[in-house]
Formats: sequence, structure tokens, C-alpha cells
Amino acid sequence: MSPAIRTGDVGGTLPLVSKAETEKSFFDSIHSWLVTVDHKKLGLMYIMYGLFFLLIAGIEATLMRIQLAFPNNHFLSPQFFNQLFTVHGTTMVFFVGMPLVFGFANYLVPLMIGARDLAFPRLNAFGFWLSALGGVLLYFSFIGGEGMAGAGSAPDIGWFAYAPLTGKAFSKGHSTDYWILGLMVSGFGSIATAANVFTTILCMRCRGMTLSKMPLLAWLNLVMSGMVLLAVSPLTAAQIMLLLDRFAGSHFFDTQAGGSATLWMHFFWIFGHPEVYILIIPAFAFASEIIPVFSRKAIFGYPAMVGATVAIGFVSVSVWAHHMFTIGMTSASNTFFAISTMMVGIPTGIKIFNWLGTMWGGKLRFDTPMLFCIAFLFQFLIAGLTGIMLGAAPFNWQLNDSYFVVAHFHFTLVGGFLTMIFAAVYYWFPKATGRRFSETLGKWHFWLFVLGFHMTFDTMHIPGILGMPRRIYTYEAGRGWGVLNLIVTLGVLFQAIGILIFVFNLLRSARKGPPAGNDPWDAWTLEWATSSPPPEFNFAEIPTVKSRRPLWDIKHPTDPDWKYE
Amino acid sequence: MNGAVATTYLESTTGRQTVTVGEQTGPIASKGVIGMACLIMAESAIFAIFVVAYLYYSGKDLSGPTPRQVLEWPILNSICLLSSSATITLALRSLRRGATKRFSVWWFVTIALGAYFLLGTGREWQHLIHDKGLTIQTNLFGTTFYSLVGLHASHVVVGLLALSIVMAFAITGLVKKEHAERVHVLGLYWHFVDVVWIVVFTVVYVIGR
Repeated sequence: MSPAIRTGDVGGTLPLVSKAETEKSFFDSIHSWLVTVDHKKLGLMYIMYGLFFLLIAGIEATLMRIQLAFPNNHFLSPQFFNQLFTVHGTTMVFFVGMPLVFGFANYLVPLMIGARDLAFPRLNAFGFWLSALGGVLLYFSFIGGEGMAGAGSAPDIGWFAYAPLTGKAFSKGHSTDYWILGLMVSGFGSIATAANVFTTILCMRCRGMTLSKMPLLAWLNLVMSGMVLLAVSPLTAAQIMLLLDRFAGSHFFDTQAGGSATLWMHFFWIFGHPEVYILIIPAFAFASEIIPVFSRKAIFGYPAMVGATVAIGFVSVSVWAHHMFTIGMTSASNTFFAISTMMVGIPTGIKIFNWLGTMWGGKLRFDTPMLFCIAFLFQFLIAGLTGIMLGAAPFNWQLNDSYFVVAHFHFTLVGGFLTMIFAAVYYWFPKATGRRFSETLGKWHFWLFVLGFHMTFDTMHIPGILGMPRRIYTYEAGRGWGVLNLIVTLGVLFQAIGILIFVFNLLRSARKGPPAGNDPWDAWTLEWATSSPPPEFNFAEIPTVKSRRPLWDIKHPTDPDWKYE
Repeated sequence: MNGAVATTYLESTTGRQTVTVGEQTGPIASKGVIGMACLIMAESAIFAIFVVAYLYYSGKDLSGPTPRQVLEWPILNSICLLSSSATITLALRSLRRGATKRFSVWWFVTIALGAYFLLGTGREWQHLIHDKGLTIQTNLFGTTFYSLVGLHASHVVVGLLALSIVMAFAITGLVKKEHAERVHVLGLYWHFVDVVWIVVFTVVYVIGR
């Protein structure tokens, strides 16, 4: 599998772990993880943190689906159902999505640009621990945020927390405060790490790696971190206002004193919509690295990919009010936001065609990471199409806040983002652990998950079109939603089994998998030039690159890329 | 980690990086400057949201007092804060030349000007709260005024704390010519706080009044 590449050329041949390190006690190794400033350890902690919360949010989703499987079901109380969809949404976006995004950025960016760490290693650790504290704060509300008698305690305001529901009068107790503080604290962590990644990519590239020779993953993470800086801060600002409303008695979102509930919507979605692209751009980044390797071709249309990403970054900050068509905006606003929303389809379309162009005529290898990439292409295409449907204001008036919307954004975030997270975990697992995962279990995971995903989310569009609103805890029989909801819930079972296989595969392969070697996929970017797992300093000697595929140049000295770029 | 590797590692984490641009090798902005630029981008977005809220609610109060009735132009205050941008530049220029004594003097003047600004804001708030009865709970003007001006003032406080730490090092003789780059990065933050004041002043005391 692995062609003998001379790691000495680019990477290190130093011993990975000294003898003293292997004899460390259990508590020493815990201690070394707690105090680390190493981007690889922090990256893995981010990823494990995200996967842990993925399991929790998955359990929450399963509970909700059991409740909705049959009409007039009494599995959950209405109050608990409200808490579940709030905490599920919040967890998935802030404590699954963001940690996974930053985890991969942390782990991969320095390795791929030939650096030894991020620009500010200690700030990096600070950012991680802030994000971790945010998740703890949110879940602490289950035991610490006393509510009205009998109403439980976790936040029940929905993940976008519309005013005036979040006001002191309607959200008694402290569960909403935990929601605000948890997000705010993790937001500070996100801003810190985004600044770190941004600076790293601009200042720490190895010799020869000009911006136009950077791997696409680095380019896309540059755009992503710039968007985090501009998009997460408005949420922080809005949450400061909400805290002032709740604790100091100010009137930002207090309609009785002339405040505006609509302003919160604007502020939230000025964050909320770019956030979706913050999550999906790293997914694009993984696809742009994995698809070429498994098609045995260089990426098709590199400059167009970079341009399309920057274009998505720009357009995505001017589309937020398409979440708000139903509140009754002026027709000029409706038109503007409908058009800008549909414009996102252009750069995204360019990307999809470029990935297809990369696969076209390639020598495809259908290993597990590639299978997930192919599923991603189909699923993200459908997600984009329903997105354009919802972007048309009159269509949106009919279907906003229905299960059609729920199906649409789960197609983007599960069918797009999460599918590519699986691809990325499988692809870089051999690098991070030095061991190969079980390809058979990987394929079981893939087929079960894709089957379950489509059972659940393809079907979910239909009750939405039939008028089933989101966030209802139950529904009457005889509406024609019953069978459809049952199919939706049954799909969860397949996804859950798939994810359990995934977790089992990771845990087992990390300890017992066969050695992977430095370059198991015969890939071309710098992270495969060093050992697996990489030493703390990444590269014994900082590499010098001449093309976008430095390892290709080393493996094919008679036909290097730099002659043609 | 062997010795040679450790040395190169340390070198790569301190000071300016050289980055290849095209075929030539030249330094681009240091990590500190880019990192500070990122912080300023994020902070600008936070201030932008507060400014939008101020303008959106301007004139929509259901009860008094209105800005025109109670606000006075903080002219002296503004002159102090804005001129502190000039003094910090002079301080940095001295430090780059190695004139650490002169640096300390200008740095102290900067802190004094910033502190005077903060004192002026405090006096203004005391006047508004005690004499005019305007609190954050009174009306939308109170809500947006205290939060926007307060957000800026809190940034002045953070800036003054950071400047004071450098002052403490300067008094003990630990700030030298080679630290000019790091002090410069802090200076960028101080300039940002001053520029934001121009925006806040325009919004609160000119447009909003």
C-alpha cells in the first residue's frame, strides 16, 4: 500500500516517542494532555470533545424521534421536549460543529503548511479550554438552572432564542442564563482560535509555499477563520445585550418599553447564517483534499476553488434575513435577500463541478473516506437545491418553520458537514494514531448511515410540505403524518447503529489496528511526509516546497508538478 | 527533542517570520500585528452591532429624557483620548531609537490622558444618573447610551491595565529597544480604542443628539 518514500527528504526520522515517555504513568499522561500547548494534542482534544457531544446530541435527537414516531405519544413531556430541541440544536452547532471545525484546523493546518505549531500555542490552549467550559456551562443548567416549579431546568427557548421568550418575564430561573453564558464563553474561545489559525496561515507557511501553492484545506480554513471573526462577534454583542436585559433591566429586546424583538432576529441571524458556512467550508476543505487523492488526480480548477470560497465568504454575510421572510419585511428586503441567497448557489455550483471534474477520468479508489465524499456530493447537492427553494420568499412563506426546513438544514449539516467529518476522521485517522482502521467496519458504517440518513431526512420533507410544523411535541392521528413520522424515526435506528460501529471502529483500531506507515493513501500534502503520529515538532527540518503537491514532486522526481503549475 | 531541533523550534516561534512571496523572500507583518488585526476585526464587529442598536433605537423612546435634554459634548475628554494616540506614537518612536527614559515619560502621559478620559466618563455618568435621573432602565436612550459608551469605556479600562503593566516593566528598566515590536502591537489596540471613540462620539453626540 505504502510506497517507500524517503521521509528524510521532508519529514523527520527521529524516534517518535522516547523510552522515558512510554514508561509514563497514567496520571502523567493525563497531566500532559491537560497542560499541553501542542496543536496536535489540542486538535485531538477538540475532535474528541466534538464527537463526545455528538453522541449526547444524537441521544437527544433519538428521544425526540421516539416521541414523534406515533401520534398522541406520551413518551416525553412537552416541557422536556422543548428543552431537548433547544439543547440538541445548541449542542450540535456550538459543541459539535465548532469543536470539530477547530479540531481539524488545529491538527491539520500547521502540518499541511509545514509549520511546527500555530502562531500562538498558549492562546490555542486557552481557546480550547474556554470552548470546553462553554459546553460544561450549558449542560450544567440541567442540574444548576432552577426553573419554574415542574418546568425542569435546561433552556427551552429554541436554539435561536427569539425575544421576548428570553426575557426575564417569560424565562424564569437561570437556564437561559446558562445558555447565554455557555455560548458566549465558547464564542470567545472560537474567536481566539480563529485569530490563531488566521495568523498561522498568513505568517507561518514554509519556504516556497506561496498563497497560490497552499493546499486548498489551508485556503478554506483561512476564509473560515476570517468569517468566525466577523460572524461570531455579533452573537457575542447580542448576548451582552440580552444579559443586560436580564440582569440590569435594560430594554434592548423588551417590546413593552419600545424595544424590538425583530432586532434580536437580525442580530442572531447575522451570526447564524454565516455560521452555517463556517461549518460547511471546512467540509468543502476535506472534500478538496480527499477527492483528488482517491481519484489519483490533482484538484481540478484550483484558482476557481479559491475564488469560489472567497465569494461564498462574501455573499454569505448578506443573506441572513432569508430566515425572516415570514416576519413581514418590505418587498425590497425580500427581493434583496432572495436574490443574494440564490447567488450563493453559483460559487457552490462551481465547487461541485470542480470536484466532479477532479473525479472525471480519474482512477477512482472506493475506500471509506471516498465513499463518504461521494455521498456528500449527492446529499449536499440536494441540500443546496432545497435551500434555493426556501430562498424564494413566497415559497418560504408557505414552508417556513415546517419540517421541510428541518429536513433542509439537516441535509446540509448531517448530509454535508457530518458526512465529511466522517470522511475526514477516516482519512486522517492513520496519521493521528499511526494505525489503520478496519475498512470492513468503515463500509458497514457508511452503508448503514447513508441508508438511515435517507430514510430519515428524505422522508422528513414530506410531512413538512403537508403542513407539519417544527417543534411540536406531538400531533393528532388522521393528519396523514403518522406513517411518514414512523419511517423518519426508523431511519434513526440505522444511523445510530452506524455511529456505534464508527465509535467501536475508532476505539478498537486506535489500540489494535495494523501499523499504517507514514503515507497509507499515497497522498501529496506535507502532513504525510512526517511520521504517523507526527512528532511533537512535526518536521525535523522545515520543508521547502515548489508546488501544490510537494510529495508528488518527491515521489516523481522526473515529472514534478512545479514544471506545469 | 534534541538540541538542534529545539533551537530551530524556538527561533520559529519568536520574532518575525520570513515568508516567500513569489520568488523573493521578504518579511510580511509580524504574527503579533496580524493577531492584533484579527482581534480588532472581531471587536469592530461587536461595536458595529452596538452602534446599529443605538441608531435603530435613536428617537424611539417612549419616555424622556432625550439625548438633547441631557447630553453635553465631552470636548476636553475627547481631545485627551485622541491626543493619547499621538503620545503613544511618540513613546514608540523613542523606544525604537533606544531612548527608554523618554519612552517612559510619553508612556506615562498616555496613561494619564486615558485615565483622565475615564474620569470624565465617570463624571458624565454621575451627572446623568444623579442629576438627570437617567439610568440604563429609564428608557431606550439610557439602555443604548450606557451600553455603547460603557462598552467603549470597558475597552479603555482593559487598555489602561495593559499600558500600566508595560509602565511597571518600564519603571523597573525591563522595557528595551528589542521589545519595540511587542509594545507596538499593544499600541495598535490603543489606537483602535481611540478610533472607536470617534465613531461613538459621532453616533452618540452628533447624530443621536
